[in-house]
Amino acid sequence: MNAARRTLVALGRGAALTGLALLGLAVALVMLTAALLTFMVGLVFVVSPAVRLVRAVTGLARDLSGRWSGMPVDAPYLPAPLPPVPQADGWYRDGRTLYKKPTIPAFNKRWNWLMKDPATWRDLAYLLAAPVTCGLVAAAPLLATAYGVVRVAGGDPLGVVWILLAAGVAYWYAPWALRVYGGVAAVLLGPTEKARLARRVSHLDAARTEAVDSQAAELRRIERDLHDGAQARLVAIGMTIGAAEQLLETDPRAARALLGKARDASADALQDIRRLVRGIHPPVLAERGLGDAVRALALDSPLRAHVTVDVPERASAPLESAAYFAVSELLANAARHGDATEAWVDVSARGPALRVTVTDDGRGGADPGRGTGLRGIERRLGAFDGVFALNSPAGGPTTAVIELPRAFPLRTAPRSPWRLLGGLCWALWPIALFPQGLVAMVLKLLGSPVKSWFLGLHMPEPFQWPVIVGMMLLGGGLLTVALTTTARAMREKEGGGCG
Amino acid sequence: MRVVLAEDLHLLREGLVHLLRAHGFEVVAAVESGPELLAALVGERPDVAVVDVRLPPTFTDEGLQAALTARRRVPGLPVLVLSQHVEQLYARELLADGSGGVGYLLKDRVFNGEQFVDAVRRVAAGGTAMDPEVIARLLASNSRNEPLGRLTPREREVLELMAEGRSNAAIGQRLFLSDSAVGKHTANIFAKLGLAPSDDDNRRVLAVLAFLGSRPG
Repeated sequence: MNAARRTLVALGRGAALTGLALLGLAVALVMLTAALLTFMVGLVFVVSPAVRLVRAVTGLARDLSGRWSGMPVDAPYLPAPLPPVPQADGWYRDGRTLYKKPTIPAFNKRWNWLMKDPATWRDLAYLLAAPVTCGLVAAAPLLATAYGVVRVAGGDPLGVVWILLAAGVAYWYAPWALRVYGGVAAVLLGPTEKARLARRVSHLDAARTEAVDSQAAELRRIERDLHDGAQARLVAIGMTIGAAEQLLETDPRAARALLGKARDASADALQDIRRLVRGIHPPVLAERGLGDAVRALALDSPLRAHVTVDVPERASAPLESAAYFAVSELLANAARHGDATEAWVDVSARGPALRVTVTDDGRGGADPGRGTGLRGIERRLGAFDGVFALNSPAGGPTTAVIELPRAFPLRTAPRSPWRLLGGLCWALWPIALFPQGLVAMVLKLLGSPVKSWFLGLHMPEPFQWPVIVGMMLLGGGLLTVALTTTARAMREKEGGGCG
Repeated sequence: MRVVLAEDLHLLREGLVHLLRAHGFEVVAAVESGPELLAALVGERPDVAVVDVRLPPTFTDEGLQAALTARRRVPGLPVLVLSQHVEQLYARELLADGSGGVGYLLKDRVFNGEQFVDAVRRVAAGGTAMDPEVIARLLASNSRNEPLGRLTPREREVLELMAEGRSNAAIGQRLFLSDSAVGKHTANIFAKLGLAPSDDDNRRVLAVLAFLGSRPG
């Protein structure tokens, strides 16, 4: 029964998306009209509301298809312009022109913002493409059912076959259709590669600044520790030995006492250095890798800590170190603030990512905004695009998840056949949809004697309409395949590459 | 007594050879890498081995691995491991086979020649020599252990020294206690921790270490 409900829900969602695609087609026509009016007649004021209408519809499509297909789509628009600011003399400058009032500069800014954003035109492309591609895919079961009903009503009992066919395959088909819809929406409604890269660059820029800063702070701390600790002690040792040397002849007993002191001081210096090294790169991490280093942490923790490790190989040293210090901080926090008695640490590989989960049975209520330690973890992980998620409801338990992408080399199957298929579909869909489908249809409706290379018109009379409609469906299908392969390539890139 | 020594730093190796010879040991092999060490341990069958954890060629825990492998091939082969840092994890691995004859000390401990040689002898005789730092960390990580909380401060001191591998006589000397007083303390400790009393020093130490290390990890 559950399966039936799921199928019905998927079918309903498909129908809703199809409806939205049809609505979108109407909106696209409005937008096209507005664009024509603007560029041919000069009615510049109709564009802005039309674009706002388009964005409302595509925003809804983004939201629904992202939620229902499990492929969230980010809004790709440029940030809205700030209101114009008057110059010192109270005038508003726009290019080489000065205005007394802000209305026209504001309008110009807004105009540029809407018209020069490629997302505006990609939205329009989506609205035009959706009905013939993903909308059609999503609506297919309903169309088949409707066709069957019409046939049955027309007195043809074989129409039942269509209804049964739709009902039979709906279980597999409906969720798949939603995914196709999501893929197409992700390609046309999501940010372009360029926008994504721009966003990525600014993110990397910030991460780099932070990494450089924290590294500099770390080096300063080490320098200070060495200066005040081991270095100072070595100076003292040297002086003590010097003094002992002078006393060796005259007062051997005092010299012996001094040498004993020097030995103790050297042990202290070693202790200092050992503590420092542990804070820079723990020896057990260098010797054994993350798994055993985390086990060593668990042994030193006052909590009863259970460790499970399942990683295929050692990650790079800086990455291991970031994960190690995060676990160290989390275990210390659990023991110090959380009143925990038991903790579970799980280190595992998820595809190319390294995931570390730390759970404790403490009283929860940890807030990353408050503790400097937790913020430090976030900063450290940020340099590796790592993600730190903390779930700590009051009363516990606390679960912290650290995920470091690209910790292990990615092993993907070669995907060139899919690429090739996608490219072929991109090349062929317009031929099927436009000349062989739409143009042939227009000629057929007009009863034109021209046949040219339109396959449908060369057919014997009874096959002409089926071939023309078939060509249009084929075009839509090819476009759908093209869009979904692109969406798949995008997802793969995002999962493992630089996206 | 025949000793195999593994240490990659030339100065320290020479120093150790000198120290051991001065105390009447015969250094049959002084090697500087993991593979050489394993060959010497299995080939020479020394009375005791003194091994640095980090050795060439990998400069990871090569020395420890060689020692563990050798002990699997020659059960009970006495090994004293030296390191710049101590880890409970490594101590556990050395103690895991329960046969004793292991030591795990910070390199600083060679500063005090007498005590170091004493530790080497103890290990050679099948006893244990755990660094005070290991014991301190072991006790710190057991800080929420219920039975340990019931010990008196004096009993705790005795427990620490016992866990390091020292005999009753040595503990008495350290804490300025009579033999019978130490005996009373150890009996109390065993009763409080719920361990079966034993007259054998080594077995007693291993029982204490097993108790402290018994937390699942």
